[in-house]
Amino acid sequence: MSSVIDPAAARDHSGRRDPTIVMKHGAGGRAMRRLIQETLTRGFVDVAVDGVGIADMDDGAALRVGDRWLVVTTDSHVVQPAFFPGGDIGRLAISGTVNDLAMMGATEPLGLTCALIVEEGFTFPDLERVQQSMFDACREAGTTVVTGDTKVMGRGELDGVVINTTGVAMADAIVRDNGLRVGDHIIVTGNVGDHGMALMAHRHRLHIDAELTSDVAPLNAMIRDALRARPGAVVAMKDPTRGGLSSALHEMAEKSRVGVLIREELVPVNPVVRAAAEMLGLDPMHVANEGKAVLGVRGDDATVHAVLAALRTHPQGANAAVIGECVATRPGDVVLDTGLGKRLLSEYEGELLPRIC
Amino acid sequence: MPDLVSGSSAAPARPRGADELKFRDPARARELAGAIGHMVAQIGRTPVTVMHVCGSHEQAIAKFGLRQTFPEGLDVIMGPGCPVCVTDLPEVDEAVVLAEDGVRVVTYGDMLRVPGTARSLAEVQSMGGQVDVVYSAAQAVEIARDTTAPVVFFASGFETTAVATAAILVDDPPPNFFVLSAHKYIPPVMEIVAEMPETRIEGFLAAGHAATITGWGIFERFVDRHHIPVVVAGFEPLDILAGLAQLVELIRDGRPAVVNTFPRCVTREGNRIAQQQLWRVFRTTGGNWRGIAHVPNGNLRLRDEFARFDARRQFRVDLKRLWSQAPAALTQRCICGDIMAGISSPEKCALFGKECVPDAPVGACMVSSEGTCRIWHQYGGHPKL
Amino acid sequence: MCLGVPGRVLEVNGQIAQVDFFGVRRETRLDIIDEPVQPGDYVLNHVGFAIRRIPPHEIEETLALYELLLHEAEHDIMAADVRGEIDATRASAGGPDA
Repeated sequence: MSSVIDPAAARDHSGRRDPTIVMKHGAGGRAMRRLIQETLTRGFVDVAVDGVGIADMDDGAALRVGDRWLVVTTDSHVVQPAFFPGGDIGRLAISGTVNDLAMMGATEPLGLTCALIVEEGFTFPDLERVQQSMFDACREAGTTVVTGDTKVMGRGELDGVVINTTGVAMADAIVRDNGLRVGDHIIVTGNVGDHGMALMAHRHRLHIDAELTSDVAPLNAMIRDALRARPGAVVAMKDPTRGGLSSALHEMAEKSRVGVLIREELVPVNPVVRAAAEMLGLDPMHVANEGKAVLGVRGDDATVHAVLAALRTHPQGANAAVIGECVATRPGDVVLDTGLGKRLLSEYEGELLPRIC
Repeated sequence: MPDLVSGSSAAPARPRGADELKFRDPARARELAGAIGHMVAQIGRTPVTVMHVCGSHEQAIAKFGLRQTFPEGLDVIMGPGCPVCVTDLPEVDEAVVLAEDGVRVVTYGDMLRVPGTARSLAEVQSMGGQVDVVYSAAQAVEIARDTTAPVVFFASGFETTAVATAAILVDDPPPNFFVLSAHKYIPPVMEIVAEMPETRIEGFLAAGHAATITGWGIFERFVDRHHIPVVVAGFEPLDILAGLAQLVELIRDGRPAVVNTFPRCVTREGNRIAQQQLWRVFRTTGGNWRGIAHVPNGNLRLRDEFARFDARRQFRVDLKRLWSQAPAALTQRCICGDIMAGISSPEKCALFGKECVPDAPVGACMVSSEGTCRIWHQYGGHPKL
Repeated sequence: MCLGVPGRVLEVNGQIAQVDFFGVRRETRLDIIDEPVQPGDYVLNHVGFAIRRIPPHEIEETLALYELLLHEAEHDIMAADVRGEIDATRASAGGPDA
């Protein structure tokens, strides 16, 4: 298992720090994780937490309350454009937080907070659209906004609208993103890359005319059914948002200290997304999702199929598929079997850009 | 993993045209790889060393995990085939200075993170400079048409990409549109590599898309001069394997010749209309390719007839002010030149994976998604998987 | 270098074509293509420009080329084997002086 690359050296590299925050620090890859680890969590990680705290860098926190867990998560949502095919920032703000709770195993949110920061000049009809989307998404997720806050900033001081939501839920058992073991199966709940590709087509004025629709949706009902299908079988979960499926798999593999072997032909990708990605020189596995989950499942074939069947009863899970398994070789790495050969799946660094070369 | 296949039953069918399907068939790929292995064995000495001069070949080799299928005795070296990587520091600096001076600079996504002397365009952008990414040369003109302010298209790429720049320049662009050409011309650098005294290269795999424009005929003189076979190959996995099989066959038979294994796109004459446009707008000049050498006739610059669109002639660009801001000379320890020339590899570089990573690239090979170091870093070089 | 993407021409409007790239439609310029195209033709595209009309029969030609390469490799191995056998036969028949 010799490699010319020293993954530890690559990962811990911080020799040349950027003098200021740049876009890659928000892009979901290593730069963002480093920003959080080296700057934002400093001091907080030293405070002992009974449960899952900030040091764990999971989708949210889990605090012990009696013999149950209080799961909390918070997320600020910015998206350009605010309205995109398949959704808008309102739907995103609710779904993102509901899904982060669900990824911890907390599928019944007690309620959400919502803080809205709006730029002067943002129109009332647009704001009403965002509000309606939030309301609809809450109804889908079986939850509601219980408190909120509004601020207005001057023209040019922010871009349109920013929404922060915080979610709380109680859970009997929690699921972590570091629970994988050798032999576990990896499931993805549907086509990857839909959200990011729909946005990118808009954002870079690519004049692409295609049915590209964001997958943004609350997943808690589907995840609840998957967890109930075989209690205890789902041992790890993560939503592959920024950085795409690749980032989620890398984080799970690194934290669980197992190798992950993915068979490319099994990864479901919408044909149009695949074509658009190929045109722009991108890999759909690097592209963001807002309505997908990656599950680690432990057990025999019947168990795996029971979980898969539960996912597929939901429209968001219709294309759910087993895409690979956890292996003992190359712990922390994600290996992709392309059908022609194997390679290490890369993790995209920085903001995704279309390339011509 | 017996359950994987059944688990995937709901996965949608792949979006493949019949042709694409055939060009990615794993069984056929194994056969071709086997054929290459047989022929390398017939040559009876190792390694047999060939070079491709195309980043997209490396990209496809890495993306599909093809290196795993190459026989042990075959060394496939990536040459100076990435136009972004070989863009020289002063060329990036010109764009950086323009953007810092408030001129709107538009460029291809690949160029954004290429380090200049002091910084990249991405850094200028994060500091508030107006830098836009375009996917097509036509889009760069559109941006200029939407404004009266000057728009500079920082145009990079080999002749394939340069013809698009030429096409928009002959199509009467608005007067506020300017081109800062970093375009490169690939044939001259093959001469440089072939003439390097340390070179071990026994054959070249030439870039199919560049040859689509220039035609495979231009390699005939090269072969006559250097007695090294050249095979033009396409970019699907089977195209690359077939190209390598053909090249190894020519080496085995001691037959220095040009063979075109990409007939669906490449002809002997190439695309005459594109050539006419290319040479109407551009002329070749000598220039430095980052980390390689001074390449005579390696740079494409605008002809005098197009001077009014030439950013170099229409703007006063003072690069000196960047020189004092250059970071500590990490770049001096960078061996990108040797890597691109095929005489070294990333694992022999002291910076690779340490001071030089995709996040904070030092050398050009780490910048571009098709740079050798970037690809090795992302895909693990040649690890046994 | 040069990301080239093959696509099928849907309609032609002067120097601009609508091209279908496996489900993605995009405008492509025809300024520098080497021969006229019409709907149904396949073209190779780079940075928004079609640079080559791909004649369908040449896709078949590419495939035929693969066969030929495989055949060549096989053929020569067999030839080598045959030569090896002949050499071996000679050696066992009479030795170096025979």
